[in-house]
Amino acid sequence: MTAVLEKPTQKLAPKEPRQWKGAAVFVAVAVVALVVMPLVLEPFRLGLLAKYLCYAIVALGIGLAWGQGGMLTLGQGVFFGLGGYAMGMYLKLNDAGGDLPDFMVWSGVEELPALWAPFGNPVFALAMVVVVPLVVAVALGTLVFRQRVRGAYFAILTQALAAALVILLIGQQGLTGGTNGLTNFFDFFGNDVAAESTQRGLYLTVAIVLGVLYLGAWQLVRSRFGRLLLAVRDGEDRVRFLGYNPATVKTITFAISAVMAGIAGALFVPVVGIISPALLGVVPSLELVVAVAVGGRFALAGAVLGAVVMGYAKTYFSEELPDAWLYLQGALFILVMTLAPKGIVGVAAALRDRVRKEASA
Amino acid sequence: MVLATALAACGGDPATTEGTASGGGGDTIKVGLLHSLSGTMAISEVTVRDAELLAIEEINKAGGVLGKQLEPVVEDGASDWPTFAEKATKLIAQDKVATVFGGWTSASRKAMLPVFEQRKALLWYPVQYEGLESSPYIFYTGATTNQQIIPGLDYLKEQGKKKLFLVGSDYVFPRTANKIIKAYAAANGMEILGEEYTPLGHTEYSTLTNKVVQAKPDAVFNTLNGDSNVAFFKQLKSAGVTAESMPVLSVSVAEEEVTGIGVDNIVGHPVAWNYYQTTETPANAKFVEAFKAKYGAAKVTSDPMEAGYNAVYLWAEAVKKAGSVEVEAVKKAAGGIALERPEGLVTIDGETQHMYKTARIGIIQPDGLIKEVWNSGEPIKPDPYLKTYPWAGGLAS
Repeated sequence: MTAVLEKPTQKLAPKEPRQWKGAAVFVAVAVVALVVMPLVLEPFRLGLLAKYLCYAIVALGIGLAWGQGGMLTLGQGVFFGLGGYAMGMYLKLNDAGGDLPDFMVWSGVEELPALWAPFGNPVFALAMVVVVPLVVAVALGTLVFRQRVRGAYFAILTQALAAALVILLIGQQGLTGGTNGLTNFFDFFGNDVAAESTQRGLYLTVAIVLGVLYLGAWQLVRSRFGRLLLAVRDGEDRVRFLGYNPATVKTITFAISAVMAGIAGALFVPVVGIISPALLGVVPSLELVVAVAVGGRFALAGAVLGAVVMGYAKTYFSEELPDAWLYLQGALFILVMTLAPKGIVGVAAALRDRVRKEASA
Repeated sequence: MVLATALAACGGDPATTEGTASGGGGDTIKVGLLHSLSGTMAISEVTVRDAELLAIEEINKAGGVLGKQLEPVVEDGASDWPTFAEKATKLIAQDKVATVFGGWTSASRKAMLPVFEQRKALLWYPVQYEGLESSPYIFYTGATTNQQIIPGLDYLKEQGKKKLFLVGSDYVFPRTANKIIKAYAAANGMEILGEEYTPLGHTEYSTLTNKVVQAKPDAVFNTLNGDSNVAFFKQLKSAGVTAESMPVLSVSVAEEEVTGIGVDNIVGHPVAWNYYQTTETPANAKFVEAFKAKYGAAKVTSDPMEAGYNAVYLWAEAVKKAGSVEVEAVKKAAGGIALERPEGLVTIDGETQHMYKTARIGIIQPDGLIKEVWNSGEPIKPDPYLKTYPWAGGLAS
């Protein structure tokens, strides 16, 4: 792990020709994701890919907060869960059609809790997908960054938050569905949620949202704000001496990553059909950080790639070797981290540099 | 471009993964086994998977079903409910299995239920549970409440236990079970002195034990699941509680768990199930012998294992009767099927898709096995919504 925590030596701004190449790769990946994948993949596999892409949205946020901003957040599951539950509550109320959601009936709840009532409105629920993670992240960021809490302390704090939310959700079965979480959805904005056409539409939605957020994050990193963020990561005190407030820069970035996780959670619910505490606790939060590390945390593309690769690896190993897949997944992580501390993207960059050097020699 | 190749790899090879409808084509019939092979539930669920594999092996040796051999496809639910839903989808959509045997916790069943209902596929769920459910695409081969919890309460009442304390893990089974227990107590002049929940996997029981001891109940009704039982029973023993002074009736502790808890900590306490390794039927002698021969002489057999073992036989019988593995035909044929199983006669109730089962109360013996002290005499008709119990009105609404 020490290798992961090492501070990187940041390269200077990419030169113009590289940007052209970057744009070409982006378009190629977009074509593959939006056109090729829906054609070649069976519906079940396309659904899994949609799930990996949801995780990739969270990973993009982690790449921004951790890779660019140096904030190791081990609790993105919290924001993922807040977004997911907001969506799940709306879907449950919509399916119940005026009655109580099923789990409340068997939990002995007799009337709809006040917290739930407004989530029957889809506009309110969708707004909450963004607003709740935003408010929580801004509140947390304002408190801790102003107190100059950083490094391991910040990481532990976010992890504790994830653990606390899980305990809260499990303890309030009548309000949250407990360990079961929210599941058994039927209708998604007028469509049968399990139908192949709905699932294909959801996949495309997830892919487009990821693409848009990726472009937004990329613009942010290239902007003056992005420069400032890197500077805060590499020398917070120096930035402060220059007259900027690092706490504001970090809070804004952390809030953006939280909103991304919230949106990912909301998309995840109709794609996978369940949201439960098991999806947003310490372990899934860590798994995503691991995925970002595997992909390469210093490039946004690395974060996205890592989430897709690790998601696919988990599915592949667990299907091929149901009795031993956890060991293989762990081995993959150790292998990448020891041989390539900058992740897959780091390996690719090193190879490219070598080729270029040989060409010019 | 690396991303693109990685994505392309997700596709697998459609030519090799494509099966024929309902697993009926070719020389074999595929069936899915979906239990937790990793995580906190693995210790219990692996044994059920083993029992199901034994049943498949036996059926294959006897010539298979409809002249075809059964081919198990094993997946890991990883003690994680969304994973159960995903793997169930995979078994149905990709492997095209004829049926799935799987699950243990109610949370895993609740997560799989929409998958089976939406895809009109069949799940055989092998563990006792909290009732109040009857999915048209699930067969429940474990007990519902009127075949386990209510007989357990009847037993305590018969023993003159009037004051109860309820201890459970914090999830849907214990909470629903306790709701039913409280309704029963109110109708039968029993008093509930306290009701406490701890998260799954919790292992610190000194505070809770103090509460229980101070309340001085006649008996404790225990719906704790998994590792928590180890800590709870150790703590009770060190607080001086014995099976004579304050019996603790458990509904989720079977032979397999007794070994983990340590016989010394739990000896003499009662449990409620439908089957014990010691149950005296010809079918059980065969089952225990075959299980030990396949997996080792030190292995024990338990109620959920037996229910999983039965599930495979009951499904195979329904398929033979239907002459097809097609889901609707199997469902139609299943009602009324009666087989002599290790626990005695098991009949499928076509209406609720639950089983007629004999309730049995047992006492944990110093050798770790369980000795039956009471049984219901005949198989009890399943009543998942407790419609035939006047005091239970309103529970299911």
